[in-house]
Amino acid sequence: MTFQTFTFYVFAAILVFAALRVVTTRNPVQAALWLVLSFFTAAGVWLLLQAEFLAIALVLVYVGAVMVLFLFVVMMLDVNFDNLRQHFRSYVPIGALVGALVLLEMALVIVGSAIGPGTELPPAPVGSNTRALGRLLYVDYVYPFEIAAVVLLVAIVAAIALTHRQRRESKYQSPGAQVKVRRADRVRLVKMPTEKR
Amino acid sequence: MSLLAAPTLAHYLVLGAILFAISMAGIFLNRRNVIIVLMAIELMLLAVNLNFIAFSRYLGDMGGQVFVFFILTVAAAESAIGLAILVLLFRNVGSIDVEDLGTLKG
Repeated sequence: MTFQTFTFYVFAAILVFAALRVVTTRNPVQAALWLVLSFFTAAGVWLLLQAEFLAIALVLVYVGAVMVLFLFVVMMLDVNFDNLRQHFRSYVPIGALVGALVLLEMALVIVGSAIGPGTELPPAPVGSNTRALGRLLYVDYVYPFEIAAVVLLVAIVAAIALTHRQRRESKYQSPGAQVKVRRADRVRLVKMPTEKR
Repeated sequence: MSLLAAPTLAHYLVLGAILFAISMAGIFLNRRNVIIVLMAIELMLLAVNLNFIAFSRYLGDMGGQVFVFFILTVAAAESAIGLAILVLLFRNVGSIDVEDLGTLKG
């Protein structure tokens, strides 16, 4: 049993346990923290597969940004989570059945096909993983890369447009109304007879 | 295939399948709580990414890692918009229970 095998099994065990806790824990804050643990261990498994850049990106993007977003939302909403779990036990049979079916089908595919033990491990790629990925991304996949940037932009705009609300009490200027204003709206000339002495 | 030999492609694929099945079951278990459902979807995407990276390593093709990159992008956008909708939902309905979201039902 090599060190690599040992590491794989340790990471796999932690990953499966953390994933189970994500879907079964009572408190959503704890579920988010278990999800953080599963992302960390998944990054470890990706390091075993020599995808160093993606492992770091997973930790930075997911643990650093997306999970913090989840935690913010969970803590911001004042939800009674016990109400949501009332029927948890009645959903266990169907959930376990569907999970077992999916697992069985995937196991049949994996075991029954040639990808099982036969696939040889190709020699480890030489050089930097980041350099190879960047070369591929900026040369072969440059248009999909730009579309991904547009997707992110749309996500930013949509998230802000959905959650932004105008505060009633805050004072702000309306430049359009300021530009559109005419003299007659502001100045009123009053003609009145002069007073006699 | 000995269990104690060095991890092969099948090891990683089985791990991905277990992860996917857990999150699939999790969607059914927590189908009233939208937040946990979103987390389970993130776990599913993680399992898919694991498969992509395992195939990329064992077939010697870096293209799989590029696709993982795109999946990460789309998943980040998806969770940002999903959480924004969730916040909006809570502000208007006062609950994130899926059972309470029957406004469009005739």
